[in-house]
Formats: sequence, C-alpha cells, structure tokens
Amino acid sequence: MPHDHHDHPHSLLPPEPALRVKALETILTRKGLIDPAALDEIIETYETKIGPQNGARVVARAWADPAFRAALLTDATAAVSEMGFYGRQAEHVVAVENTPVQHNMVVCTLCSCYPWPLLGIPPAWYKSDAYRARAVREPRRVLAEFGVGLPPETAVRVWDSTAEVRYLVIPMRPEGSEGMSEKELAGLVTRDSMIGTGLARVPS
Amino acid sequence: MSARPDPVFEEPWHAQVFALTVHLNEAGRLDWPDWAARFGATLKRHGLAKELNGGEDYFAAWLETLEGWLAEEGAAAADEVARVEADWREAYLSTPHGQPVRLKGQTAPE
Repeated sequence: MPHDHHDHPHSLLPPEPALRVKALETILTRKGLIDPAALDEIIETYETKIGPQNGARVVARAWADPAFRAALLTDATAAVSEMGFYGRQAEHVVAVENTPVQHNMVVCTLCSCYPWPLLGIPPAWYKSDAYRARAVREPRRVLAEFGVGLPPETAVRVWDSTAEVRYLVIPMRPEGSEGMSEKELAGLVTRDSMIGTGLARVPS
Repeated sequence: MSARPDPVFEEPWHAQVFALTVHLNEAGRLDWPDWAARFGATLKRHGLAKELNGGEDYFAAWLETLEGWLAEEGAAAADEVARVEADWREAYLSTPHGQPVRLKGQTAPE
C-alpha cells in the first residue's frame, strides 16, 4: 500500500542532536537552572534584532561624525554601548580602521569569537577550519577569493579574536558617498566589510 | 555577493543549543573565556579527523562541549541525559501528528 505522506501516524521525530538538546533543556528546567522563556527570548533577539545592521550603524556614524569616530577608536566598547549595543559576548570591542596603507581582517583561530551584538551570528565560512587556518597564513589569497584585491602598498593586518577581545573593522568610506545621510551610509556597509573580507559598497 | 542574507540558524536545534549556552552565561553560571577554551579544544579535536565546514559539524562540537561541561558541573549527568532523551523520543513516537508533544506526566503549559 502506498504511504500517504499527509497522514503521519505520529509526530515527526527530530534529529538525534535535537533530542539531546531538548533533554538538556528539560533537565536544567526541572532543576531550576534555566528559564525556558529566556531561551525563546534569546533566539528571537538573534533572529530579528541583532545582526550586521547594528554594526553598519556604528560604521556609518563613525564616517559621518569625527567626534564619534575618535571615541570609537579610543574605546569602542563604551562608544557602541552608548548606541545600545552591548552584551556579555562583546564586553571588550576594539575598532580597527582601514586606511590606504593598512587593511584589517578579523579571524578567530580558537573557535568563533565574534562581536555578536554588532554583527549577529557569524556566517558558516567564518567558523570553518579553512578560513580559521588560512586567514592568518595567506590573508591576501583569502581576500582574493572574496573578490578583494588590494593595491600592493596596502599592508594586511590580521586580528585574532578571543573570548575577551572582539574586533570590528571600520571599512574605508567609499568615494561618491559625500553628502549622504548616516542612514544612507549604513546601507553601504556590508557584514563582510566589517570582518575585513569585503569592502564597503560604492554608491550607484 | 548574494543579496539574500544567510539564515541566522540553519536548524532549530542550532538556535536552541546556542540560546541555552548564552542563557547559562548571562545567568552567570558559565564563564565565557572558559567556554571558548573548551569549545576551541573540541573543535581542534574534531578537526583532526576531518575539515570542519562551520555548519552542522560546528554545532555538533558546540553541543558536545556543553554536554561535557554540564556533566562536569553535576548539572546534567550523561546517563540522565540519555534517559530524558529516550523519554522525548518516545513522546514523539507516541504523539499523533499535529498534537503538541509532551513528556509523560507533563501537563499542558498554562
């Protein structure tokens, strides 16, 4: 008899690791160690409120406001906290600014340390062994694979994030963006440009 | 570059295990530098056998690290996790499709 897919006799069984996570949640909830509602809140926050749009606002402000730029380069943690971007995983943020003589690029060779409140959850490539190993060893080749070609006079500096220090790259403000509002500027700032594997978009 | 943003989490359980860990950290139970060191060690160990792609295998290493830490802390022992996991499996298999899945003896949330 053909199996009717619309008539499952029982609920769809989640994959094995999903059941293990559910088991951990159940045990910790029973022991009063976690609040299940807080878990939902964290997921919702990361899915809807936290992402590269936050970092883009920081970069756009730094481009538009010299006093903020100076504050950001002096103490990024304080400067971004003031904009409402803070959290335990971004307790110490350092902003590194790209210039014609230095391009900055960020990696975490240990695991996947990343300024979550500013950029959200890192993309899979950032967490891959390939990127984590090669960003330090051959940054120019990695950049070329991302489509970033730098002039020979631009040095590449790679910053290795840790659990304590997270880096945010301030990309160079693109030509043709003069006179744009902060909001318009933020639209030019890509996630990759704040990791250093991309450049800011050039306004069309 | 693609204009479409990547999904934040590829699988619901990736989000769940992430949130669980962040919650334990925010509640002051899990120290983040300690977590990063442990997680880094797991990734390194897994990376010896194959090149990790940063997707499913990344969260598999994450879950293994969290389970190891919780067992060490005495918060969730391995045999207890296995037992409750089996309860959940049974609950899924015995709940008619479309009905909310609950553990035996668990009442509906208010």
